[in-house]
Amino acid sequence: MSDVVLAGVGGQGIVLASKLLAEAAFRAGYDVKANEVHGMAQRGGSVLAQVRFGEKVFSPLVPSGRADFLVGLEEVEALRYAGYLGDGGWAIVNRRKIVPVTVSSGSFRYPEDIEGRLRARFERLVLVEGERLAREAGNARTENVVLLGALSNFLDIPLGIWEEVIAHLVPRSTEANLKAFSLGRDATVEARL
Amino acid sequence: MRKVLSGNEAIARGAYEAGVAVAAGYPGTPSTEILENLAGYGEVYCEWAPNEKVALEVAAGACWTGVRAMATMKHVGLNVAADPLMTLSYTGVRGGLVVVVADDPGMYSSQNEQDSRNYAKFAKVPLLEPSDGQEAKDFVEVALDISERFDTPVVLRSTTRLSHSRSVVALGGRRSPQVPSFSKDPQKLVMLPLYARGRRRKVEERMRALREFSERFPHNRIIWRERKLGVVTSGVCYQYVEEAFPEASVLKLAMTYPLPEGLIRSFAEQVEEVLVVEELDPFLEEQVRSLGVRAEGRRYFSGIGELGPDGVIRGRMRWEGRDPPEPRQEADLPPRPPVMCPGCPHRGIFYVLSRMDVVITGDIGCYTLAVFPPLNAMDTLICMGAGISASMGMAKAGLKKPVVGVVGDSTFFHSGMTGLLDVAYNRGDVTIIVLDNGTTAMTGHQDHPGTGRTLMGEETVEARAEDIARALGVRRVRVVDPYDLSRTEAVLKEEVASPEASVVVSRRPCLLLTREYGPRYEVSAEACTGCGRCLRLGCPALEKDGAKVRINSLCTGCGLCAQVCRFGAIAREEG
Ligand code: SF4
Ligand code: SF4
Repeated sequence: MSDVVLAGVGGQGIVLASKLLAEAAFRAGYDVKANEVHGMAQRGGSVLAQVRFGEKVFSPLVPSGRADFLVGLEEVEALRYAGYLGDGGWAIVNRRKIVPVTVSSGSFRYPEDIEGRLRARFERLVLVEGERLAREAGNARTENVVLLGALSNFLDIPLGIWEEVIAHLVPRSTEANLKAFSLGRDATVEARL
Repeated sequence: MRKVLSGNEAIARGAYEAGVAVAAGYPGTPSTEILENLAGYGEVYCEWAPNEKVALEVAAGACWTGVRAMATMKHVGLNVAADPLMTLSYTGVRGGLVVVVADDPGMYSSQNEQDSRNYAKFAKVPLLEPSDGQEAKDFVEVALDISERFDTPVVLRSTTRLSHSRSVVALGGRRSPQVPSFSKDPQKLVMLPLYARGRRRKVEERMRALREFSERFPHNRIIWRERKLGVVTSGVCYQYVEEAFPEASVLKLAMTYPLPEGLIRSFAEQVEEVLVVEELDPFLEEQVRSLGVRAEGRRYFSGIGELGPDGVIRGRMRWEGRDPPEPRQEADLPPRPPVMCPGCPHRGIFYVLSRMDVVITGDIGCYTLAVFPPLNAMDTLICMGAGISASMGMAKAGLKKPVVGVVGDSTFFHSGMTGLLDVAYNRGDVTIIVLDNGTTAMTGHQDHPGTGRTLMGEETVEARAEDIARALGVRRVRVVDPYDLSRTEAVLKEEVASPEASVVVSRRPCLLLTREYGPRYEVSAEACTGCGRCLRLGCPALEKDGAKVRINSLCTGCGLCAQVCRFGAIAREEG
């Protein structure tokens, strides 16, 4: 079974990313369960989504310390949910800082040397230039899909299915999203070696 | 055909397939998408009612014509609909009636985490708890069948985790709805005391029959494994049990009221020890124990918050006499609470309020986020509508400080109007602000009686808060644009100072809905003195940058910060 935890900030497209992954896993023949956060938690707050797939999935939630992959769309959020990742699991983290209001208003500090902390916490870490690649794909809002592209290098889901699912679920900006996906995939293809 | 559906999509599909003809509800996380999806089929009449009580009454009326009907709501919505539910239990139904209620363990988007299963017991109606998307879909039809067979409304209970989890669901076709008709039967449908006494007996007969039925109800099932431990569970907790107790035998209950007493006793007799795993109240545990079965549950499994697989795994450790380890959290990360969007029209009003010496009684909606720093502009919150009524109580208590009640537009139509009538009728000296952003924003922008459009996509009348306020007897009614800070401030000061009730409608559509973003603003580094005044708006687009302030890419161009800055340092981006 593969357990994926996606962490980020409300508005970064976590719900869409988890939908895409769940649909791709389903079309690849797996049983799948996924969950996402709605309502209050979406307004710029810290958000979490989880996707599990394999022969048979029971709980839609991943137990702590069991995830195979932690996909962080933002650096602090990746650290916040680090506890989900299991031994030997991969952290795939977007090089992106989104300053929370608690920091911009001066009551908290954004951790300095966040990269050092990511490296210290995650033994297997892939950093992705999501913002740059999304721009390159022609749509700054496709960071989520760039990260999925990076993740896809580690999953047993054929490329054709990913493309099909992106076209199906993002009909209005398929092209930019396909581009984002392949940029993310190509940029990290060597990470696994 | 099989599809990946969320629990809510599955419930909608279930209603579609079961031939439901009328469905009504009020938006509320985590239940909202049920009706939105059902409306999407185009073949079922769906409506957003102003509140859950109305929704359930609409569904009841529909079912009395012989068609199948559904009402949907979040857990606290069932409090509002409890009045009709209690007596619908007496009248019963004609076509099937299912009441879908979605609880929110963990309070991801709610003000409490009540366990709505208690309502089934309270109202003496059957209760079903699906554990995944497939059951969520299938149980709608099962519920309607039970409803028709036993002449009772049936409660179908979901939770956030079920409603918002996606899983694989096998789909079926739609059965054709009944043709509506009505025949008189006042003994059944007119609950004046004389007839209600007769129906009261029927309720007990029905419960007896349902208890028997539940013994052979095929969805209450036992998964036999080792006999050392037997776990009794229901709903999504069943999934966690499968992971945390893979060796145990499991009695998975689908109908959790009334319970199959014989089945539970015989299960308990065949295992050495019984655990009950459930979220929130010990609803099953108490009933199981009352059968004389020795069972433990709450002793190991917390009743606070969402249980999740972690909660069940930790409970197992406690049961085994081990201390669950503390999770390894990264230290000193800045918290990231949800915030009002950049350009949110509510921000202007609350900024003005934050600078006035008033008590602010609040209500339910995105604007509740005004409670957080830097605005700190909400002092109370309990439920829908109380923003108005609680302000009245404070004023009548004789509080010297002025009291301002705030309420959103959808919330005003839901249950603010009666509170405002109280203010007008009983001569309350309070200022009520209706935050009219033209939508039900928090739950994802549903229509309501003020938007001029129905859930079926038809154009309709537009209720206006200011017209309603006047009709209710409020004499001082003003409308402001919250993007215009100086006028908003002037109007609020006048109305707070006035010696009678006033209503201020703050009108500006939700930006997330219109997506009408203007040119961005920018801070001139030379002119900015770093005083930090603009940061008191709490706009996520404004960031501290060393000693100065800068505006990031989230800026929607609302212009509030430029109005707030005393040094003219903020202006629209050139070009
Ligand atoms: S209010 Fe004006 S001067 Fe003060 S910090 Fe903000 S931009 Fe700078
Ligand atoms: S104009 Fe100012 S207050 Fe409005 S969204 Fe932009 S930064 Fe925020």
